[in-house]
Amino acid sequence: MMKCKDATHLMSEALDRPLGRAERMRLGLHLLFCGGCRAFRQQMDFLRLATRRFLERND
Amino acid sequence: MIDSGSAELISGFRPQMLKFARLQLQDEAAADDAVQEAIESALLGIDRFAGRSALKTWIFTILRHKIIDTLRERGRTVQISSFERDEEALDEAFDRLFKDNEHWSPQGRPQAWGDPEEALAQRQFWQVFETCLEVLPARTARVFMMREFLGFETDEICATLVLTTTNCNVILHRARAALRQCLTHGWFGAEGRAS
Repeated sequence: MMKCKDATHLMSEALDRPLGRAERMRLGLHLLFCGGCRAFRQQMDFLRLATRRFLERND
Repeated sequence: MIDSGSAELISGFRPQMLKFARLQLQDEAAADDAVQEAIESALLGIDRFAGRSALKTWIFTILRHKIIDTLRERGRTVQISSFERDEEALDEAFDRLFKDNEHWSPQGRPQAWGDPEEALAQRQFWQVFETCLEVLPARTARVFMMREFLGFETDEICATLVLTTTNCNVILHRARAALRQCLTHGWFGAEGRAS
């Protein structure tokens, strides 16, 4: 099974480039069984959303 | 027509613009120049903007372009100062979330964040967010912001800063992991005691 640490690197890279098919499958399999990494991925998505909103903010 | 109200409105954005430009450029004088030029450009086109919100989005768009120009001009001559020690400290904090076999340790395992959408609506959240950005080591912050705020592709960042693709990926991962940990501790509540 893919190591969690390697999974975090792939999840970061997924924000910068389309992952290959094999990478997607290995990561998908890992995420099925790893709640910690699922939370990590949601938080990566949140970071992207937050940086997008950072400048649009009207305070 | 430039009326004094609009000029006043624009200068109200100045502190936030300066902060943003300084973070990006890591250079006080260059940041001042970029902000000044952005304000001057904005004043020339101001009559096209009715709403404050539209104006702010637009003026920051101008500023982003000025910053991109400055970074491109620096181009290959950019000297990445050595913040390696700070970067190492971030990596060590991240490593402490894992067991020796590189799976999450019980204390380091990420927990779902309460209601992230709700956070985005809160002013204090953004203060924490800004602080988390500010404490990133300079090179880490620059690469992250080029990617996420200025919208560069990674290969452009690597080329501009003379980094390998692997290097770029490692730095982006470091920045995201550090922001995640910072927000976890600073906003979303205690998770792990690892850092």
